Amino acid sequence: MTMTSGSPESPAAPRRPAIGETLIGAGVLALAVVMFWQTMSIPVSPIYAKVGPIVVPMMTAAALGILGVLLLIDAWQGGWQSEEEKAVRPDHAALLWILAGLVLNVTLTGPAGFTIASVIVFVCVARGFGSNAIARDALIGAAFALIAYFGFATTLGINIGSGPLESAIERVLGIEGG
Amino acid sequence: MDAFSQLLNGFAVALTPINLLWCLVGTTLGTAIGVLPGLGPALTIALLLPITFKIEPTAAFILFAGIYYGAMYGGSTTSILLNTPGESATIVTALEGNKMARNGRAGAALATAAIGSFVAGTIGTLGITFLAPVVVDWALRFGTADYFSLMIFAFVTVSAVLGSSAVRGLATLFFGIWLGLIGVDLQTGQARFTFGLAELLDGINVVVVAVGLFAVGETLYVASRYRLGKDEIVPLSGSLWMTAEEWKRSWKPWLRGAAIGFPIGAMPAGGAEIPTFLSYYIEKKLSSKPQEFGRGAIEGVAGPEAANNASAAGVLVPMLTLGLPTSATAAIMLSAFQSYGINPGPLLLQSQPQLVWGLIASLFIGNVMLLVLNLPLIAIWVKLLQIPAPLLYAGILVFATIGTYGITQSPVDLILLYLIGGAGYLMRRYDFPVAPVIIGMILGPLAEQNFRQAMTISAGDWTVFFTRPLSATILALAALALFGPKLYQLAMRPKPDHVPGDA
Repeated sequence: MTMTSGSPESPAAPRRPAIGETLIGAGVLALAVVMFWQTMSIPVSPIYAKVGPIVVPMMTAAALGILGVLLLIDAWQGGWQSEEEKAVRPDHAALLWILAGLVLNVTLTGPAGFTIASVIVFVCVARGFGSNAIARDALIGAAFALIAYFGFATTLGINIGSGPLESAIERVLGIEGG
Repeated sequence: MDAFSQLLNGFAVALTPINLLWCLVGTTLGTAIGVLPGLGPALTIALLLPITFKIEPTAAFILFAGIYYGAMYGGSTTSILLNTPGESATIVTALEGNKMARNGRAGAALATAAIGSFVAGTIGTLGITFLAPVVVDWALRFGTADYFSLMIFAFVTVSAVLGSSAVRGLATLFFGIWLGLIGVDLQTGQARFTFGLAELLDGINVVVVAVGLFAVGETLYVASRYRLGKDEIVPLSGSLWMTAEEWKRSWKPWLRGAAIGFPIGAMPAGGAEIPTFLSYYIEKKLSSKPQEFGRGAIEGVAGPEAANNASAAGVLVPMLTLGLPTSATAAIMLSAFQSYGINPGPLLLQSQPQLVWGLIASLFIGNVMLLVLNLPLIAIWVKLLQIPAPLLYAGILVFATIGTYGITQSPVDLILLYLIGGAGYLMRRYDFPVAPVIIGMILGPLAEQNFRQAMTISAGDWTVFFTRPLSATILALAALALFGPKLYQLAMRPKPDHVPGDA
């Protein structure tokens, strides 16, 4: 039951296993194994033995396992990416800039506050998209983040990670920090 | 007629100043995010979910529905002027619409798209008005086993019919179901798939998943190929008034598009891709000037745009009457219902008539607002297209972070957001459909609940799903849907692809 719509690349040559697709298929299969193992650790009370908490998780793990195998078969038969997509070399520098922004954001939101962390993400993402005007991006990012911060705080009543910058502005404006 | 008097009551709800304001905010915001590449209705409604704690349900759903309809209108502007379809449903519009714009007829393309959207949106909303009570009458006979089978049917169709491969669609569907299973099992109190993290006991918030896939994943994908080529914006050209000939060539495709789009959207399979491609194909067949197709034929914009909007209306039928979402946006709306403690389903029309009919009436009003927003005011939206991509995507990511972190202020949610974003990037790169993740996540736990109830009622007899005639029929249809689309796609898919090259 191979339902692949695999791209017919040079039909004469034998199709080579596609690396990316193989990794994806293996990943799905690995997830199924982890799910199976996690499901086994759910204790089942005898009262619920018929349709307890593990029946649907088991079915889900089994389904993902089968799909992982089917994906691996597809991958070994040359994969399913279109020629166009295959020809694209992802811009790794751009991806790394964004990744750096996200990692810095997770680590800094707590200690430095939301605005500073947001400015860093903003600058990194803009850089990833080829912008070189770091100062301009930082200013726009700061304005954007502050509007968003106070917008969220007032309209939705949500306080998102206040840090030194937010507290200072709140003190100046005379708003009580949430 | 009963539906008619109910609808009048709905207008009384929707026409209050405050609800009109919500409708205006929704349609305006919807148009804006529809125009902006990288933003869509599912993401926007997910980011606005916290508003459900602040405003009453009717207002919230009028807002969400305005966003939902508005995004359809805005999306066509981007397809026509930028040739970057934001959603798969508007790919077809870009085929002819962008060619028209390049030929100096952007005004006519935008006009036929907007008026066609209005006509089809209104017909589609009328369809909801009269179809919803009928479906409800029928659905009241459903037992839990039938419901479970219906959900299986929806699972199969949204994952197997919508994408290019049943295997990949089902893989993302089950990934979504798994995400939905994470947390404490409400029936037994057992923690499932929490990996010992206390933060996961309440389950993963759908906002985290939707924003991760649609904002973070999308940004990564666009960034990875951004420098390869820039899209140029075709300047607004030509009169927004269509000529008599253009009217003559548009009105039939509008009606045909609506007639194709609404029923397909209303089926518990959903999806706007098939009706738009189908409409394009039919218009090309019926056109008196088929040679113009591929070079900017107005029928190729009018028909698919109408089909797109009518199917968007159709999707609301199973959502409101059966609690069955068949698109990512509908799934997120369903989770908004859940956050109010309201269960969409056959009883919704009786228990919340104000909400349902107010919502439907606001769709009629929203369509009128959208026609005004998208024709006389089109120049404003074109300006939005000029926001430089670095600032646009940086803004999207900052907003995504706020929307997620703001809910719980938990770094675990941020890490999850970025991990799911990474998964979303891989899904885009390797052609996995994303919508089934959201649908599986929302619908999976409901399906499990129905499954367990049905099994309890039948005292553990598995055959209950096959011995009830209704359930057995639906399961048979599901099996057909799983294997049928392969044949259907073979017949349908290559044709629109061939067209542009025919020149």
